[in-house]
Amino acid sequence: MEKILSLKNLDKKFGHVHAVNNLSFDIEKGNVYGILGPNGSGKSTTLGVILNVVNKTAGEYSWFDGKFSTHEALKKVGAIIERPNFYPYMTATQNLKLICKIKGIATDKIDEKLKTVDLYERKDSKFSTYSLGMKQRLAIASALLNDPEILILDEPTNGLDPKGIHEIRLIIKEIAKHGTTILLASHLLDEVEKVCSHVIVIRKGSKLYAGRVDEMTASKGFFELKVATNETAFLTLLEKHPSISKVQLDHDTYIATLNQEMSATEINRYLFENGFTVSHLVKRKPSLEQQFLDLTSNN
Amino acid sequence: MFRLLSIEFHKLRYSKASKILISIYFGLLTSIALIAAVKIPFFGKTIHLAEQGIFNFPYIWHFNTYVAALLKFFLLLVIVSMMSNEYRNKTLKQNLIDGLSKKEFILSKFYTVFVFALISTLFVFTISLLLGLFYSDYNEFAIITSDLEYLFAFFIKLVGFFSFGLFLGILVKRSAFAIGAMVVWWIGEKIIWLIGLWFFRASNEAMEAASKITAWFPLEAMSNLIKEPGSRLGVVKTIANQMGDFTKSYAVEFKDIAIVSVWTLIFIYSAYAMLKKRDL
Repeated sequence: MEKILSLKNLDKKFGHVHAVNNLSFDIEKGNVYGILGPNGSGKSTTLGVILNVVNKTAGEYSWFDGKFSTHEALKKVGAIIERPNFYPYMTATQNLKLICKIKGIATDKIDEKLKTVDLYERKDSKFSTYSLGMKQRLAIASALLNDPEILILDEPTNGLDPKGIHEIRLIIKEIAKHGTTILLASHLLDEVEKVCSHVIVIRKGSKLYAGRVDEMTASKGFFELKVATNETAFLTLLEKHPSISKVQLDHDTYIATLNQEMSATEINRYLFENGFTVSHLVKRKPSLEQQFLDLTSNN
Repeated sequence: MFRLLSIEFHKLRYSKASKILISIYFGLLTSIALIAAVKIPFFGKTIHLAEQGIFNFPYIWHFNTYVAALLKFFLLLVIVSMMSNEYRNKTLKQNLIDGLSKKEFILSKFYTVFVFALISTLFVFTISLLLGLFYSDYNEFAIITSDLEYLFAFFIKLVGFFSFGLFLGILVKRSAFAIGAMVVWWIGEKIIWLIGLWFFRASNEAMEAASKITAWFPLEAMSNLIKEPGSRLGVVKTIANQMGDFTKSYAVEFKDIAIVSVWTLIFIYSAYAMLKKRDL
């Protein structure tokens, strides 16, 4: 598959702070990537480096297999980092025209993109009169101007109210549907879970995991079980089963974590044959949040 | 180059403050022509400045470029703020993300400075030519076209001065502080001159010796490019000659042109090097 971006052993130090530590990953065309990490984990610094605003200390990165220099490549990229930055004294249209000049593209898509982000009515208002949500939407419009090969978003919903967050998410989903490659940095897990097919988890500048969301942990899942009678014997029975690694009691629900594949039918039969009928049986995969917490606390 | 200029022009044309300052600057340049109307009462007679030979070719080239250069501070404000606003609004960061390289960013500013200086020079040339044709006692082509190097010096002076402004704008990131830094620099050059004066106090030509040292500094070199024209004026010269020996060179010297050009290069390159090294 075509590689859009490739990082190799990227390193960035701010004095004593090791913001990005030997980070390597590839971004392939057509996927939606999430970069996950707690605040201060080096997400924004990493994006800053690949976007030409932060100097790397060591390592390499290349855009489009190194076919273009970084600033040429960035003309094919749409990126929003942190807060939207525009000229306050210009209107939305004037600001977007300037970006067209920088990217060296025609200005005929400005109206279309302003409609996409629902700012067309306000296109002749000065940027300084916009609300934060509108500013962020204008930033998305500016990132879409060149129909980018990849859209890079750094905390796009930060600081917005619930309505603003919802609007931005809808726009991102819509863009993802059209097959645009997206790289989304966030510490909001449900945001990433809802739109991303792949994740890169970093903590303290080091990569903990990179791959598909559904393969993030080796977990085989777990069962939630409830039983009405004889709970001590039930617990012992569960613990005896070779596929179950551990059993916890959460209120009146037993959580049986699996260490190898087992279907709900199999466990139901096993319990029934040993004289138990359960009142509640669900097989679950851990949520992204659970996996993320496991990953970041284990390492 | 035209892409970069058009980017910078786009940034300036919608900024009210820049437009006002630029209009004031060119308005004041035009008003040099008003000197023609100045009449000073003098011991019962009136002296009509225009008739005292200040608009005579080729003296007018010297006089007008000198006066016009005093107005450069208005454009300096525009240039310093066009640099520092990019920091304040973080649009510099956005420009880079959008695909402008750091080199292109600096070049777009430098080209703008270059164009400002060029337009100012052409402007001063036109006004002086018109004033001269109107008031000058000598209208021979050879006389009109002599001493045109003052215009070249004017151009080099503006480019150097504005490049200094760009450099300080990047260095301190705030327009007010950048202007302040320039004043501090100017005081610094004067202090070095005074130290020089003290150092050469035994010599008869202490002032000249001290000036020789400070001539290597940017602001001093810029001011040496076009020397004050006042004492060259007919009336004043007569008085001065009566009082004593009066020999002074008013010519544009190659050495000063070279010093200012080298400083311009240093300023622009350092601005680029600084920006390149910085994390935004």
